[in-house]
Amino acid sequence: MLKADRIVQTTCSYCGVGCQLDLHIREEIIFRVEGRFDNEVNFGQLCVKGRFGYDFVHASDRLRRPLARASRRAEFSPASWDEALDRVANRLKGIRDQYGPRSVAFLTSAKCTNEENYLLQKFARTVIGTNTVDHCARL
Amino acid sequence: MTNSIREIPEAEVIFVIGSNTTEAHPVLALQMKKAVCGRGAKLILADPRRIELAGFAHLHLRQRPGTDIALINTIAHVIIKEGLHDLAFIEERTEGYEEFAALVGEWTPERGKEVTGVPAQEIIEAARLYAKAGNASIFWAMGITQHTTGTDNVKALVNLALLTGHIGRLGAGLNPLRGQNNVQGACDMGGLPNVYPGYQNVTDVAVREKFEKAWGITTADDRPRPNGSPSPAVRRLDTQIGLTITEIVDAILAGEVHALYIMGENPMLSDPNLNHVRQALERVDFLVHQDIFLNETGQFADVVLPAASFAEKWGTFTNTERRVQMVRPALEPPGEARPDWQIITDLANRMGADWSYESAAEIMDEIAAVTPIYGGISHARLERLGGIQWPCPTPDHPGTQYLHESKFSRGRGLFTPVEFEEAEELPDSEYPFILSTGRVLFHWHGGTMSRRSPGLESLAPQAEIEIHPQDAQKLGAQDGQPVRVSSRRGDVVANVLITPRSPTGTVFMTFHYAEAAANLLTPNYVDPVAKIPEYKVSAVKVEIVEEAVSV
Ligand code: SF4
Repeated sequence: MLKADRIVQTTCSYCGVGCQLDLHIREEIIFRVEGRFDNEVNFGQLCVKGRFGYDFVHASDRLRRPLARASRRAEFSPASWDEALDRVANRLKGIRDQYGPRSVAFLTSAKCTNEENYLLQKFARTVIGTNTVDHCARL
Repeated sequence: MTNSIREIPEAEVIFVIGSNTTEAHPVLALQMKKAVCGRGAKLILADPRRIELAGFAHLHLRQRPGTDIALINTIAHVIIKEGLHDLAFIEERTEGYEEFAALVGEWTPERGKEVTGVPAQEIIEAARLYAKAGNASIFWAMGITQHTTGTDNVKALVNLALLTGHIGRLGAGLNPLRGQNNVQGACDMGGLPNVYPGYQNVTDVAVREKFEKAWGITTADDRPRPNGSPSPAVRRLDTQIGLTITEIVDAILAGEVHALYIMGENPMLSDPNLNHVRQALERVDFLVHQDIFLNETGQFADVVLPAASFAEKWGTFTNTERRVQMVRPALEPPGEARPDWQIITDLANRMGADWSYESAAEIMDEIAAVTPIYGGISHARLERLGGIQWPCPTPDHPGTQYLHESKFSRGRGLFTPVEFEEAEELPDSEYPFILSTGRVLFHWHGGTMSRRSPGLESLAPQAEIEIHPQDAQKLGAQDGQPVRVSSRRGDVVANVLITPRSPTGTVFMTFHYAEAAANLLTPNYVDPVAKIPEYKVSAVKVEIVEEAVSV
């Protein structure tokens, strides 16, 4: 059996059961996933998604750089983080100042971490000043 | 969930309604199977389709789609009529029983049968099984919430638990199964327009003032502002409830919302009535899409920000039983991609805020400080103990395995009489079938992640529509044949899968496929309280076509 360079314990990112698993990493690739036994959630088990569903992490079409475009008709072109974030900051500021805080809406994510969800709603409420924050969990 | 996953085998009776548990929550379903096969628990399944769990069920009630309330009210009627309700519990811990009893008084098994199509004897048997059990727990998922009557469906289930006292004990409770991995956490963290983190109301003045203080909004003097200070432009927190996702779409089309910031979501695939969403995404002045892939929604964006995946960052997810668990980085993010929390922090500071978060652990400390149910949770503690179930108010609190042991959050449990109403859109001569939507085991939601796994793709490669053999015969459709499925809102092409799984008159599609997004067909009527769109019931027609299905 191939030996892992390292094994990282984490939480499955597919469904609300939250199975505990080990990612076996070799040459920076997840090459095996195993369910962990030391918990009261999955007792060592995983389903087909948790066990075999992690190729997406290495997919060739993962986003690697910020993208921006001058208009909706234009193609995307790569941008630096500075360019991209300045553009977002300026546009959000402009729209907030012109139409008021409630003209900006946010969707947080049932796929992101608690910490990230917390920060995005804090951003909406304290930096923009709107309670218009929702996510797709109703769906 | 009021109970924990490990308590599932403790129940004598498990009542599953509107959850295809073996497909949507497979590892949790193993515990149900263990209860049934290993412990002799009785499973009552209420689902129009003959799903896999039916093979383990003692009773399978196949109600007509959209008639859950009628079914549940009839069960309650039988429980009261046969004197199986828990009078001591009702007396001691609940209120509103009289009105409720009056309403379900009309739901005789005969009337229940007429509306739901379930034989009266089966309803009676289900009522007896559930009420007589020492411990019984109810499980439900999107099948219950994705109706215009979704909130009422849940209230009807709450009524059942209050009536029998099956709540607040090991193996007895009410257990909604959350779909995506961190839906629970997204809600807990205030990713909702009406509440701050920890379900604290935005319209409660005392709560709002607490957050204004904690977030440094109201520091009148010139002292240096605390970490995480807001932009100086914001002087008070918004006093009104914000918009829900379906309202956001409408507000964009009405010219009231001009910018939309989307982190890690794909409304272009998961929203009902996609044509409507598409118009909104085209119309909005500025769209930011922050994600790990450029998905269908990202195609409309002005700026796309590359995020790290779960395998490339620190943080926590909260599972369906309220258990907060660690997420740990195993890899570096590809290229210049960054964890979402770093992107947001950077952006906030560019807009005049003063945030200096160095780690996800530090953010969790702030969460604990402002969110009582997370008060005792920290990364250090999670590393030491493994997962912790909220409420966990203090650093020495062990967490809470099951909820409502001695009292309910509001004090007394409230019976809410809920009246049955027909679904908004019923089949007619032009659109004769009921379309029901759902998931298949091998894909996840919009499929943005799982469709990139070659292994998973080959197990479930095409959009399919399940049709009952009798209906297929009437249509003259063969297995595997492409058909056009149309509603009043749009049409898609999918391959026929002939199966008796769905009853006659009902067809079933999944929404994992952008090519045949079933949500082009679904209406955007929403439940008036929870604002959950109606997916489970819409009327469609099915016609044979020549064109091949795009894959
Ligand atoms: S392994 Fe399967 S059941 Fe467990 S969390 Fe992942 S997707 Fe859900």
